[in-house]
Amino acid sequence: MRIDGVPASPGYAEGPLFELDRPPVAYRRKASPAGEEAALKAAIGKAVRRLTSLTDAADADAAGILEFHIAMLQDDALSGPAIAAIGSGEPADAAWRQALDAEIAGYEASDQDYFRARAADLRDIRDQVLRALSEDSEDAAPPGAILYGTDIPPTRFLETDWSKGGGIALKAGSTASHVAMLARSRGVPMVVGLGDLADKPAGVALLDAEHGGIVLSPSPAEIEAFHQSSSSFAVQQGKAQTFLIQPAVTKAGTPVRVRVNIAYPSDVDGIDIATCDGVGLMRTEFLFGKALPDEETQYHAYRRVLEWAGEKPVTIRTVDAGGDKPVPGFTVEETNPFLGLRGIRLSLARRDIFRVQIRALLRAAIHGNLKVMFPMIATAEEYSQAAALFAEEQAALAARGVAHRLPPLGIMVEVPSVAIAPEAFANVAFFSIGSNDLTQYVMAAARDNGAVAPLNSVHHPAVLRLIASVAAFGREKGIPVSLCGDAGGDPAAIPALLEAGLRDLSVAPPQLATAKAAIADVSV
Amino acid sequence: MSASAEATVLITHKVGLHARPSVKFTKLAKSFAADVEVAVAANGPWVDAKSIVKVMAAKAPKGTVLHIRARGDGAQEAVGALVDLVQRDFDEDRDHARSA
Repeated sequence: MRIDGVPASPGYAEGPLFELDRPPVAYRRKASPAGEEAALKAAIGKAVRRLTSLTDAADADAAGILEFHIAMLQDDALSGPAIAAIGSGEPADAAWRQALDAEIAGYEASDQDYFRARAADLRDIRDQVLRALSEDSEDAAPPGAILYGTDIPPTRFLETDWSKGGGIALKAGSTASHVAMLARSRGVPMVVGLGDLADKPAGVALLDAEHGGIVLSPSPAEIEAFHQSSSSFAVQQGKAQTFLIQPAVTKAGTPVRVRVNIAYPSDVDGIDIATCDGVGLMRTEFLFGKALPDEETQYHAYRRVLEWAGEKPVTIRTVDAGGDKPVPGFTVEETNPFLGLRGIRLSLARRDIFRVQIRALLRAAIHGNLKVMFPMIATAEEYSQAAALFAEEQAALAARGVAHRLPPLGIMVEVPSVAIAPEAFANVAFFSIGSNDLTQYVMAAARDNGAVAPLNSVHHPAVLRLIASVAAFGREKGIPVSLCGDAGGDPAAIPALLEAGLRDLSVAPPQLATAKAAIADVSV
Repeated sequence: MSASAEATVLITHKVGLHARPSVKFTKLAKSFAADVEVAVAANGPWVDAKSIVKVMAAKAPKGTVLHIRARGDGAQEAVGALVDLVQRDFDEDRDHARSA
């Protein structure tokens, strides 16, 4: 029986279903004190690894708290009393709970508010290890299993060993979730939106994350068809891999630059810089996920990617909050957020916050080949104002003797006003076409609304004509033009984009190979 | 013969030797080979300055005179560096200024 869902990360997986939605289990005692001690140490190690992976994407305040928790967990003085109690016959969970409760009582007894408040941190630390201890007693997913549940937390994804295959099948979930992004960058097949499965799933299932679906209790004919699709997918991927390491060139010998779009600094970890021409779009919204990031946090995030890219350019987009990406303390609630205070409009309205990002960018610029672009530019005045803020912050850094560099400043072409009348922007350093937003604004069809999905097409002549006219304007004025929307990595759209005059595309990292393969088939 | 050093320093940071400063303090202490100890009174009890659990448990608020002593290689440097860190308010104000 086949159930249809939405593909979130392409690929095929065949394996047993492993249920994610199960009630938490109790800790299972080990046979000896040595076993209990090993279980406690493993649980502490697991809690530390979990916190460390969270630190990566946290802002400075959150990172400060996480670092404190990690330092406490790594201090043998914290586990010492628990290990002593295990030695005298206590199980690991009870020993840890008693040891931490004693520590917590010490904080609760403090006459200082601040130290009393740390009792909550100690409780958190206690519970993280207790959780890791009881999870240790859970039945682990067998290698190659298809994890099946309502949704999956990012930590669960990161803890899973994907080297033996496997995949993710979610009843709910979203293609835009963090896990979906992680799955795409690691090549783990994932399908979302399957809904509640009528059958109690058992046995081997077939996950088709190329088209979006799962087959339960497959018939021999279904297994046969699945193997055919998965091997032709593998052949297609394998063929594309041979293109990965080579520079992209069309059939006619025209070179095309192919860069990557990234959302997190850690996205570059799995990419060989030799396989791409730099970063065409580094989003910065991740920094603004939970709270406003400070300058140091931003500086380090930007610097990390710049150093990875070496001499190749890294285009960082200033924060594109608002729209569907609200940030507490920054964005405003609006009835029509896609047409409201988002992107550069919001940054110019909240200059205190924008200036912090500008300083971080100016300082990071000395570590590589940085370019900066502004999202949602509609008028030349917005660009001038943003550029003036860069000049002001640059002068302030120079006065303080802080090392910095002013990067080339460009704009996203995603508001139709810019694409229709680009001549107002003859002074910008570069254009980057945001085809997702440009398409949704030209076609008046939201990209997150399935009911109007057929309208939301970059292939519409109106959209392609605008792209071609921006490319022509750039050639005439000597302004580089690139494209960083989803269309850039879509083999079905690439021929039309190259015919429209584009020679610079930026794609999701897993699409590098297929995009280069598609470029090789075009005869412009 | 092993080197030893001792010093006192007043904690001026507004909430004292709290979570983030303790992380910095113990990290810095761990960067020295010498044994380093701290106490909130001249007569102790002395606790390991490299253990964040012990340093936090000392619960030293603003206005505490922190006693620091070290023994072994680099004892002088260790005490000097830790006193310096406390006097700089653990660089906390600088961090806050940056997050403005």
